[in-house]
Amino acid sequence: MRADAPKRAADYAPLAFPALMLTVFFVVPFGIMVMVSFFQRQPGGFYTPDFVFSSYERFLSAFFGGVLGFSLGLAALVAVICVAVGFPFAYELARTRRRVQVAWLVALLAVLSLSEVIIGFAWSTLLSRTAGISNLLVWLGLMEKPTALTPNFGAVLTGMVYQAFPYTVLVLYPAMARLDPTLMEASRTLGAHPLRAFLTVVVPALRNTILATFIMVFVFALGSYLLPQLLGRPQHWTLSVLITDQAVYQSNLPFAAAMAVFLVLVTLSLVGLALLVGRKESAA
Amino acid sequence: MSGKLFRRILFTLVALFMAAPLIVIAGVSVNAQRSLVFPPAGFSARWYGEIFTDAAWRGALTASVTVAALSAAVAVAIAFPLSWFLWRRHAPWARVFQMLGTAPFILPPVITALGFLTFWTTVGAYGQPWTVVVAHGIFFVTLPLVTLSLGFASIDRALVEAAATMGADDRTILRTIVLPLIRPYIVSGFAFAFVLSLNEYIVAYMTVGFTLETLPIKIFNSLRYGYTPTMAAVSILFVAVAVLVFGLIARFGDLPKLLGAWSSRD
Repeated sequence: MRADAPKRAADYAPLAFPALMLTVFFVVPFGIMVMVSFFQRQPGGFYTPDFVFSSYERFLSAFFGGVLGFSLGLAALVAVICVAVGFPFAYELARTRRRVQVAWLVALLAVLSLSEVIIGFAWSTLLSRTAGISNLLVWLGLMEKPTALTPNFGAVLTGMVYQAFPYTVLVLYPAMARLDPTLMEASRTLGAHPLRAFLTVVVPALRNTILATFIMVFVFALGSYLLPQLLGRPQHWTLSVLITDQAVYQSNLPFAAAMAVFLVLVTLSLVGLALLVGRKESAA
Repeated sequence: MSGKLFRRILFTLVALFMAAPLIVIAGVSVNAQRSLVFPPAGFSARWYGEIFTDAAWRGALTASVTVAALSAAVAVAIAFPLSWFLWRRHAPWARVFQMLGTAPFILPPVITALGFLTFWTTVGAYGQPWTVVVAHGIFFVTLPLVTLSLGFASIDRALVEAAATMGADDRTILRTIVLPLIRPYIVSGFAFAFVLSLNEYIVAYMTVGFTLETLPIKIFNSLRYGYTPTMAAVSILFVAVAVLVFGLIARFGDLPKLLGAWSSRD
């Protein structure tokens, strides 16, 4: 039975439920959110249907511009670190014995599925004065007395790298597992040192994969909303944090929606770019 | 430096980094006192007991597991007919729905969360417990969609054609050939969605955060009053559940293949 074109109305029946659910509960909410971003805000947490750009204007102020710049910079830094470590890691992972691979994949999936709440809680504990890593350093005699290593930028960065690293490896893993092993063998036969072969054969061969992964991790990191709150100070808040803050605590849905729409545009253009770059790879 | 040594050092460093926060909270979770100290002072399993005996924690646990099971079922109920249709019928435009199903997973989660918040307030259902089931079902539909399309791609069409030649109709083929072959992929798609729903915070918070406390919401709300060993115990319990579920998928299925590696050669 080959896949054939639907002929009768009944052939479409299986599509009815998924199409209905995705339209009603994804397309419609999304549309409403875009509409609300143009609504007029009323004091006291209400809004009236309208078509104004006040929320977008407010978003383009210096303060929110600064937040946007910080969010993008932070996400880019997280992505650079994750890809720089994750690339050689995923490469080595795809070349270990299958049992080792599976164990690592299970561990990475487990960390990836961890709630941001738990990651934030775990790292603030690890970096705290009473239960943190500084106690270990004191015990080893490297430090006078335990200190708190949070909240600060380093803590936010560490937490976000922790959250994004398993994702990075899992995005890179398929490309690494499919990489033609004869490439490396050939370079080794010709006398290249493994490191040299890695840098001159594997890295250039996967240049587009690296770029696409970088963009995907960047988008992933852009979505982090709790770690900057739990591990950083208010100046470390990202756009995702501000959207939550405006929606839930300031009850300014139009403004939150306007920021969300903007974030969608940034994300979609980045994902589009990643797909484009990735397609070039498979065409090559 | 030999390649073996490099690999060993890299793996060890990454393992340490990945395990460090978990080791510390595991230590904290067995503290005898009601304070967060590490290395732990004394040993006690009472904080694990508290998850099940304390009414508030038990309530949150029940809420989380119920939401996760129901929303994973919703995700599979959406993903199965859709991926079956895409496999059975030649209808390129139907891929639009596949894209729609993948979108919530690619966009920053706060977007989906805010979309649902505005939607439920507009239709007047904000805060109803079932809204989070629908929201998570949509949010995590990507996972069964991915595992199921892999599963359908692996079905040998000749098998199906043979059945059709012998007079089996679509329904019979679905029941006797497709379902048995696709079952592991249904289970793993459900399991992926279940584990991620269990841990999800922002969508749950923006749909039912004030009326229903799932465990991540409960942990976050409790953070305001300081850290307690019970939170550590819950976190470790979650890690254990995730390792167990993914371990089972790996034990009974082909995890590398599910994650996109082509062959399963050793």
